[in-house]
Amino acid sequence: MSLAARYLEENGIPTVVFGCARDIVEYCGVPRFIFSDFPLGNPTGRPYDLDMQREVLSLGLDLLVNATAPGTTVVTPYEWSADHSWKDKVLTKEQPFLDPEATRKWLARKEAYRALKATGKI
Amino acid sequence: MNHGAATYVRYIDKTRAYYQAEGYAKPYQWAHFDQIPFTPFASLGKPLSRCRVGVVTTSEMARRDEEAGPDDPRRLVYALPTDIPVDQLRSRKEAYDRYATTLDDVDSYLPLTHLHRFAAEGRIGAVAPRFQMIASEYSHRKTLTIDAPEILKQMREDRVDVAVLTAV
Repeated sequence: MSLAARYLEENGIPTVVFGCARDIVEYCGVPRFIFSDFPLGNPTGRPYDLDMQREVLSLGLDLLVNATAPGTTVVTPYEWSADHSWKDKVLTKEQPFLDPEATRKWLARKEAYRALKATGKI
Repeated sequence: MNHGAATYVRYIDKTRAYYQAEGYAKPYQWAHFDQIPFTPFASLGKPLSRCRVGVVTTSEMARRDEEAGPDDPRRLVYALPTDIPVDQLRSRKEAYDRYATTLDDVDSYLPLTHLHRFAAEGRIGAVAPRFQMIASEYSHRKTLTIDAPEILKQMREDRVDVAVLTAV
């Protein structure tokens, strides 16, 4: 996603990225970034909170227009919950990132992709 | 470790530790650049109220009424019309924090409803006729040489001025 933003920007299209993985996006480096300190999945606001979603998007549109330098991050003013324990559980043995079926599909797709690459089809 | 309010999750470190524990020897190399490209908004020469906004997402959207097709390992860029009501869309994304949240509300990761409202209110000129899905790729090469050029091509066809990208 960050790579795509960079590519569009290099080709004359101003971009703004919305995301929840601040370290990954900033390590790559994108022109404009709206960061929500939320679980992976809701980069444009809490589910069913239309006012928050509108405000998050609005911050992004403002950043599109007003950013004066690349690598600008704006942090949204919202907290997912007063209890931050969800952060400790991310990517732990107790909470595998993918469920077993999704893991199986991911591994199968990786194998198929490798096979396609070996034949020069991608 | 206890997280304070100001401390965000370090996904790069956590992913490295997680997959190392799973037995993967070689850690993933996250993309990193020293330089960041920049196209100043002013270079467009028009206000946002006259700009057409494109949308790109990693949320793997599909129409609710469509049967899921076979899993294409190439995971190429595809597009859907932006005027589909969000309640007719669903995400097929499996890689998100399924313990803490859901992808049930499309506008929490693909803000089509709000973009249409901003267009109706004159804040933006228009929403592009279609939005693009890009896969979260392991391969930087594939993103840069196949996916990103396809998105640019479609955005040029649609005369997109600025782009909103949402990473799920």
